[in-house]
Amino acid sequence: MATDQDQHTEPGTDLPVGTTVASAAVAAAVVLPLLWLVRTGLTVGFDEAVALLTRPTTVQVFVNSAALVAAVTGLSVLLGVPLAYLTVRTDVPFPRLCTVAVSLPLVIPSYIGAFAFVSAFGPNGALKRLLAPLGVETLPEIYGFPGAVLVLTLYTYPYVYITARASLLSFDTTLVDAARTLRHSRWETFRRVEVPQIRPAVAAGALLVALYTLSDFGTPAIMRFDAFTRVIYVEFNAFGRETATLLSLQLVAVTFLILGLESLVRGDERGGAGGRSRDTVRLGRWRYPALALPAAVAALALVVPLGILLTWFGQGASDVGRSLAFRPEYVLNSVGVSAAAALAATVAALPVAYLAARHRTPLTAVFERVTYVGYAVPGVVLGLALVFFGTQYATPVYQTIYLLVFAYVIRFLPQAVGSMRASFLRVDPSLPEAARTLGSSPPTAFRRVTLPLIAPGLFGGAALVFLTTMKELPATLLLRPSGFKTLVVHIWSAYASGYFGHAAVPALILLGVSALSMLVIISQEGYNVK
Amino acid sequence: MSNSAYATESTVESAEAVLELDGLKKRYGQESVIEGLSLSVREGEILTLLGPSGCGKTTTLRLVAGLERPNGGSIRLRGEEVAGAGVHVAPEERGVGVVFQEFALFPHLTAAENVAFGLNDWPADEREARVAELLDLVGLADQADSHPDELSGGQQQRVALARSLAPEPEILLLDEPFSNLDVDLRVQMREEVRRILKATGVTAISVTHDQEEALSISDRVAVMSDGQLEQVGEPETVFQHPESRFVAGFLGYASFLPGFVTGDAVETELGSVSREQIHGLAPEYDRTRIDVLVRPDDLHATPGGRLDGDASTNGTVVGRRYLGPTILYEVELDDGTRLQCMHNHDAGIPMDARVRLTLSATHELSWFPADQRPADGEARGLNGDVVGHPDALGDDE
Repeated sequence: MATDQDQHTEPGTDLPVGTTVASAAVAAAVVLPLLWLVRTGLTVGFDEAVALLTRPTTVQVFVNSAALVAAVTGLSVLLGVPLAYLTVRTDVPFPRLCTVAVSLPLVIPSYIGAFAFVSAFGPNGALKRLLAPLGVETLPEIYGFPGAVLVLTLYTYPYVYITARASLLSFDTTLVDAARTLRHSRWETFRRVEVPQIRPAVAAGALLVALYTLSDFGTPAIMRFDAFTRVIYVEFNAFGRETATLLSLQLVAVTFLILGLESLVRGDERGGAGGRSRDTVRLGRWRYPALALPAAVAALALVVPLGILLTWFGQGASDVGRSLAFRPEYVLNSVGVSAAAALAATVAALPVAYLAARHRTPLTAVFERVTYVGYAVPGVVLGLALVFFGTQYATPVYQTIYLLVFAYVIRFLPQAVGSMRASFLRVDPSLPEAARTLGSSPPTAFRRVTLPLIAPGLFGGAALVFLTTMKELPATLLLRPSGFKTLVVHIWSAYASGYFGHAAVPALILLGVSALSMLVIISQEGYNVK
Repeated sequence: MSNSAYATESTVESAEAVLELDGLKKRYGQESVIEGLSLSVREGEILTLLGPSGCGKTTTLRLVAGLERPNGGSIRLRGEEVAGAGVHVAPEERGVGVVFQEFALFPHLTAAENVAFGLNDWPADEREARVAELLDLVGLADQADSHPDELSGGQQQRVALARSLAPEPEILLLDEPFSNLDVDLRVQMREEVRRILKATGVTAISVTHDQEEALSISDRVAVMSDGQLEQVGEPETVFQHPESRFVAGFLGYASFLPGFVTGDAVETELGSVSREQIHGLAPEYDRTRIDVLVRPDDLHATPGGRLDGDASTNGTVVGRRYLGPTILYEVELDDGTRLQCMHNHDAGIPMDARVRLTLSATHELSWFPADQRPADGEARGLNGDVVGHPDALGDDE
């Protein structure tokens, strides 16, 4: 009944002052860029704003983005939940292998996926050349909506898979036994018992998917699909500053709409205490055929990009565009800024997560919510806001690594907060109390008891921030100091200049580093397969 | 080579049997959990499967509920096979209710919604009436809208009971129903659950490792050990006439007094016992050694003189356990036999005292052939642990 523990302290009583001030500071830093954006938006005249926002092209952008988010989120749930159920609750063969295979797409940044899919399925792509001798003349169009949906679904559904899997693993299967003895078939049991129990987790995963889709810059850009992010970037580069700002605000508004929808869908969180029985769903003669689903997903999401990258790698970079040649310092740059962002985000998240878990009051809830604002602001919007902010008010840090890391922290703070808050909730409040009765001061009790217990969550949050920072494209493009190149920047230049081959090495390294962080998360979260 | 002095008392007419288990077997990997278990459960009775943890009793329940599939044998419910060779009726189609050890209440539903869960197919008004009726029966009408995490342990158990009874199951299974409750509550809930079960007239199988619980709530007790049935019968019969040393030791304290059968009497260290007092001692055991089962209340110790030479004493107090209302003494007889004897709490016999132990029982005593003694000879002791006898009831192998 860990969920009850946040009601443990009465609201409003003895909020620790230092922690509260620290939380408030973090929250203020996070909303700063957004406030700037609103301020800039207000300088645009009302009539002008209305005119800009009601232009058919602008409306079309909104419709495009909404359709993209709906399709990707829906498909991710339809893919992630059955896969989770299959690998956790059934006797499917090789569950461990399946779990790893269907989680792995998460380590592939969607723009690399998009890049590879365009390469493979595009008008002069690898697949077309491969199939031409067989008389296949036309392939389905990859550019535009279908391609964007396909790529984004393939690389974001693991969010739903992982959250659904975690909740199914912790799910008390005696409840299934109980439902079945109460005259419910497998399907009815799933619908009436398992779905309500995993719904908050699935909603959380779907929220991540929706936010990712809405804020993703690389995929729509590469697929030439006019979603918010692509149009904002294009407008910005074309000096359409007002349009970019208004579209950014509109994008942020849509994000909040999604956040609101999620809390509606999530429903009540009521955890059960309880054991597990040996209940697994027997697939019978479908046991081996059932492998087709994870196999197909893994093949599409992993084999296609890896195949393309390895082909490029094998062909070697051509002599043309030698200025694009890969240099090892790009790796160091990437790892350096990501590690700095992970460290800073962890430190910033600590007071926020602690208060949200242990001293739940309206005020601390606001702080926690505010940290999610950073995540809700897409990278391209955040990048723009900080570019303007930096050029106007903070010239000393503009075009420095500090501002870049600041952007990363704002953007990925929620991952650290979420992971830490969950760990705080898992710590029995009587443990630090026991330390107090044994003579420890509150800080000492925290250091000696709570901190070791939340260490896995702390580390997991940091690893998540590291992983996502490594892959962040738009904010990096907009805020990097001139001449500062990371893996991502290098990949983007290779794409933009058309020399795809030069992207192979940095993309493969990025995949390696991402996979490594993923392994860390897996091992420390006890991501085991029984 | 079982104790054939007693006829196996499992002749239940199948006409009134609600549930019949026949040669049931269950393995997990290499490990055999149930080895050929046969049992009939009669209409309206409360039968308790009693045994130490790991004896397969919970697995038996899960097999009956359909939550596990047997590796051999069959299960018939009202004469219809629900599990057996090639047959497996899904749990939702068996009409078997289960009260789970941890109650397994759905945390996202209220008490009333939990009770209504199995009544999905009922018309709304009947369903509401049934839920109200059951909540009333278990005394929780006021808590209908509470969620499980707002209920106490006893209340959760009542909801679990009401929920499993609501769809009018053919048979109700209770898996260690009281193990999650505090000791005080446990005794109270035992009475309460028995009252509720009897009020509904449902046939029930309960599973427990607590012999006191088994003896107090059951109409019949089935003692299990190592995946097999040791003995089935009414609580009094099983307690007074255990068919194996395992059963004797598992149900309360048991000591074994060695004796030699000579015609009309059995000669023991405590003197000669009339043959009439030994339950069903067959003629072929004449002139053999037997062990007579004595319960602590069958014996009485009288403090003797301090001198070892006091001819009236026959043993020394080597153990003393204060139990509150009573004191359990362990007395070592001069031939090395150890026996337990129960006295009132004010008995002031100190440790190491010389005593005269006498057999004060007036009822019939059970016995076992001496050659059945467990190999290590340690069949007794204050902890009451007894090594079970492997083949008390022949199975169908």
